[in-house]
Amino acid sequence: MSGFLAVLAAVPITLLVTIGAFAVGIVLALGLTFMRRSKQPWLRFPAQAFVDLARGIPPIVWLLFLYFGLGMGVIKLSPLQAGVLGLGVVSAGYLAEIFRGGLLAVHKGQYEAGEALGLSAWTRYSKIIAPQAFKAMLPALATYFIGLVKDSSIASVIGVKEMVFTANQYARRSDDGIYTFFLAAAIYIAVSIPFAVVARRMETKLQESAK
Amino acid sequence: MNTVEFWASRFLEMLGGLGVSLQLTVGALVMGIPLGLLLALGLLGKSKIVYYLCLALVEVGRGAPALVVLYVVYYGLPILSLRPEAMVCAYIGLTYTTAAYTSEYIRGGLKAVSPGSIEAAHALAMPQLDVLRFVLIPQGLRVAIPSLMGFAIQIFQATSLTYSITVREVTAISYSIGSNTFRYLEIFALAGILYAVITIPATWLTNKVEARLALRH
Repeated sequence: MSGFLAVLAAVPITLLVTIGAFAVGIVLALGLTFMRRSKQPWLRFPAQAFVDLARGIPPIVWLLFLYFGLGMGVIKLSPLQAGVLGLGVVSAGYLAEIFRGGLLAVHKGQYEAGEALGLSAWTRYSKIIAPQAFKAMLPALATYFIGLVKDSSIASVIGVKEMVFTANQYARRSDDGIYTFFLAAAIYIAVSIPFAVVARRMETKLQESAK
Repeated sequence: MNTVEFWASRFLEMLGGLGVSLQLTVGALVMGIPLGLLLALGLLGKSKIVYYLCLALVEVGRGAPALVVLYVVYYGLPILSLRPEAMVCAYIGLTYTTAAYTSEYIRGGLKAVSPGSIEAAHALAMPQLDVLRFVLIPQGLRVAIPSLMGFAIQIFQATSLTYSITVREVTAISYSIGSNTFRYLEIFALAGILYAVITIPATWLTNKVEARLALRH
């Protein structure tokens, strides 16, 4: 029973890691997106390389690299800091791809019209492009966020005391510790099922409107 | 010893670990995709009981993190008085995750098959099983290929999670080399490079295949 309560008490840490990593990811991804759209190759190539590496290396390796690798050197990171930063780096790669898709979804005429009206680049992006792009990428952002809730469990390997770390402590200690994992699994599923239901409904609606 | 010499001295050991990662990937895909196909067929079939059973299996497999699935298998099987090796637990956990995710891609592919070709098969009085085998599944799977390739890259990365249930794949080997030599930074950098050398070209290939299939449709 104490295991169950401990897992429940760890829910805020799971949320903290998820939201923190998402925030870091959004900020980095915005920078990456502008770099990738730049005309300067020395901005474009490093940004592309960063995106490819963020997406191509497993999150667990990023976390171990930041926590043990950098932690051995000058920068000392706490497990929580390394977890948020590492998952933030990975998120930045995936979010940059989502942003790119969102910007591509805005019709070219919208960019041209903004220029033709003589609007500044800032006004063009903030008032015309970004609102439309945001609408286009909202489903992908929501899906990614739910995925990140689950990926935050990876932070347990560097000792962040979130749900899976806590469940694992109990599982090691007792024979029926498996039940704390069932609770953790149930909480993750409870978070993701409403999204799955909405996604299925939208799919059905899209099919009906296509008929 | 500089970094390159250090990497060279540990390279074979790391490659051995990468071999285990690849072996797990192939195993999970070979066992998981056929199960994913079965789940997809169950979701599209007429039976309500089968539908809800498959739906539950899919939503649990996609809703629970792969890491939690692995832990449940690892700590759960001993309760049933089974003591399988960590590697067997890894195969079971990753196969289930693969089946749950791929079922959704395959279901999407099967739904994309034009109703006309199925009606045509029925009009030819083809038995239901043949309609599945020769009409629905081949066309549906073709549509699902890019998503399945994308998933293969994800599950290859997910094999790194089996480190936490003591499988000796490349991440686990990096960690033990790191803790013996205290050269964590360099060894995890090498691990990252080894993963990226596989995932980045595989992503390019997936994008190419996707573009080519999109052209044809």
